[in-house]
Amino acid sequence: MAAGAAQSQIAAAWALLPDYLSQHVLLSASALALGVAISLPLSVLAARNPMVRWPALTLTGVIQTIPGLALLALFYPLLLALSAFTAGAMGFRIQALGFLPALLALTLYSMLPILRNGVAGLLGVDPAVREAADGVGMTPRQKLLRVEAPLAAPVVMAGIRTAAVWTIGAATLSTPVGQTSLGNYIFSGLQTENWVYVLFGCAASAGLALIVDQLLGLIERGAARRDPRPAVIGLLLLLVGVGAALAPQLLRAATPAYVVGAKNFSEQYILADLISTRLQNAGGAVTRRDGLGSAIAFRALEAGEIDVYVDYSGTLWTNVMGRKDTPPRAELMAQLTDWMAREKGVTVLGSLGFENAYALAMERKLATSLGVETLSDLATQSSALTIGGDLEFLSRPEWASMKKAYGLRFRRQKSFNPTFMYRALGSGDADVISAFSSDGRIAAQDLVVLGDPKGAVPSYDAVILISPKRAGDKRLIEALRPLVGAIPVEEMRKANYAVDRDDGKVSPAEAAAGLAKAVKLD
Amino acid sequence: MPDAPAIAFQDVSRRYAGKAAVDAVSLSIPAGQFVAVVGASGSGKTTLLKTVNRLTEPDDGQVLVEGRDVAGEDPVGLRRRIGYVFQGVGLFPHMSVAENIAITPRLLGWSTEDIDARVDALLSLVSLPLDYRRRLPDQLSGGERQRVGVARALAARPGILLMDEPFGALDPVTREALGLATRSLHEKLGLTTLMVTHDVQEAVILADRIIVMAQGRVLADDAPRALLAGHPDPVVAALMDTPARQARAISALMEAG
Ligand SMILES: Nc1ncnc2c1ncn2[C@@H]1O[C@H](COP(=O)(O)OP(=O)(O)O)[C@@H](O)[C@H]1O
Ligand SMILES: [Mg+2]
Repeated sequence: MAAGAAQSQIAAAWALLPDYLSQHVLLSASALALGVAISLPLSVLAARNPMVRWPALTLTGVIQTIPGLALLALFYPLLLALSAFTAGAMGFRIQALGFLPALLALTLYSMLPILRNGVAGLLGVDPAVREAADGVGMTPRQKLLRVEAPLAAPVVMAGIRTAAVWTIGAATLSTPVGQTSLGNYIFSGLQTENWVYVLFGCAASAGLALIVDQLLGLIERGAARRDPRPAVIGLLLLLVGVGAALAPQLLRAATPAYVVGAKNFSEQYILADLISTRLQNAGGAVTRRDGLGSAIAFRALEAGEIDVYVDYSGTLWTNVMGRKDTPPRAELMAQLTDWMAREKGVTVLGSLGFENAYALAMERKLATSLGVETLSDLATQSSALTIGGDLEFLSRPEWASMKKAYGLRFRRQKSFNPTFMYRALGSGDADVISAFSSDGRIAAQDLVVLGDPKGAVPSYDAVILISPKRAGDKRLIEALRPLVGAIPVEEMRKANYAVDRDDGKVSPAEAAAGLAKAVKLD
Repeated sequence: MPDAPAIAFQDVSRRYAGKAAVDAVSLSIPAGQFVAVVGASGSGKTTLLKTVNRLTEPDDGQVLVEGRDVAGEDPVGLRRRIGYVFQGVGLFPHMSVAENIAITPRLLGWSTEDIDARVDALLSLVSLPLDYRRRLPDQLSGGERQRVGVARALAARPGILLMDEPFGALDPVTREALGLATRSLHEKLGLTTLMVTHDVQEAVILADRIIVMAQGRVLADDAPRALLAGHPDPVVAALMDTPARQARAISALMEAG
């Protein structure tokens, strides 16, 4: 029932639109306003002074060549360092995740077209007219405001228009730094291969850009023809649009919400939906920070920028605690819980009941023909095989310790987007892949998960983490405690597969509802 | 100093890249005089004119306006007191005729009623219909634009009017009419007028006094009649002979016909 599935996905996408659109509009409008506020005075300075012009145009030009995603990502560590500094020096933290990094990056992004057109517009004013302004007795300021600015206005407006379209487009990239935008459709859609979501997100942001472009076009026309009517109409419609888009934002701002985080893969989206629903059922308001980078998520929790998310014990053990040993599962959990409370003030509420461990997997046919059941067996064959891993896995200490413990040495090593990695097995692009033990595709593709007899890799219990700020929040803890120990790995695999499979896939929210029902927590 | 000249140049020089555009010029222009500055293109006429309201600063020497060294005056205030008609007019393209004319009074903070009355008076002074107020400069003919330029220069009731080739690029008929109109405004308003032109005939007809410039220097300075009678400098003599030469050529043609 592909058509029915697509229809239900479109309905699910529509339901998310008010929140996504509203945040997208707020973000891009703020970035554009800030960009204009900085770039216009800078244009005046740059037009007057070649010593400013060259560096300003070059710098904004260089910023423009940085890929949008990288620029956004750069601001997170920068703000984190700044936040640590202000916390130490002035006793308050600035927000390193979400709105602020996205705003700053997009503001920088918006500057080039405004600055370039501003300078061109001002320098394009006929020198004879400028001299006449001096000659009739204008001060430099009067000359700027009464003559140069109005004459440069159409060119400047064209620059602002370009900047608006760029900013609205680039704002979709702010999802990974924890700012909700129309990009949430695109990122979660790519992750779960939900092409309906991807298309929906692209269409929504393109539509928004088109509308804004048209309205700014009206203002530009007004400026060019020195006719205030189209400009006023354009401005009014723009304000009404921004106001309407912001309404859900303002309504929601009244209740301080729980911020639920999710990293960027299907299981995380499903669990975040599960957690959100439980919090809402308990009467709490929820905002989401979806698609966070793995390293970003814990630091965001620590800083109180998200209140709750699910991470994995082994990941925290190696990445956050910096431990290299691999104690047995129960002992690792106990030490982790203790350490988190003591060192970070973070509550480890408990394990959900399943592991999502890093493991290597092969197609059963190949494994059987090579006689490989464990990593020890694989080591004897690996020099003839190609391993495919996701980008994160290949740079993780677990991979290093696996290689070291078993002496794994592969013929080739390739990195894939997690979704395409599983395909690589079928197409022969990889013989062995890094797999997650809760992945639904293991059962679906009949893969063999190779054993780890030497215990090279720690256990990866899925654990609920609660921020220091919410450590004493009874409602939150009572709403989530029933999840502890409630989810067996088979149910998690099923839910993951429901989202990841190609035919009849469902949205993470639907999968979360199904999962809740299956474990009798609905 | 009741007898101070309206404008006095004392040894004024201005150099661009080491080359003198104006070279040690000394002149005294009494109040009420209509003076024409003639000379080939590049001879320094515009540069000399601009030193009066400090659009250009002299490298050496002094310019006195009504007895006071302009170097000591606020350039903005000075320019509002002196009317200036630009070479190529220089109307503000985004402002209507009325806004262009009203600009200096507005900068001076006149009341709206005074400004409105002044714009109407100036439009009739330069013989433009009152319903031109709302037009933009690009909806005017060349001659109409020049008239607006003159009206703008006169708007704040200056005592001194500087004009830089105000009637260039006009057809001869319009040019002559506008020139004569300006001369009569000069009389009516009691102005001191310094007009740059490269048209000797125009200078002869309109001015009380003609200054001939070449390479930044004053070659001759006298009444039109005196200069027409002959001059020891061959360049001046040739220049001043142009109207007569043209008249002779025309009458020869008529006779042949
Ligand atoms: N702003 C300037 N920069 C450099 N050279 C200039 C400038 N203004 C005028 N000049 C030079 O000074 C000389 C006199 O110019 P100008 O006063 O405009 O002459 P005119 O008005 O008689 O044609 C010319 O050689 C011109 O190139
Ligand atoms: Mg000139």
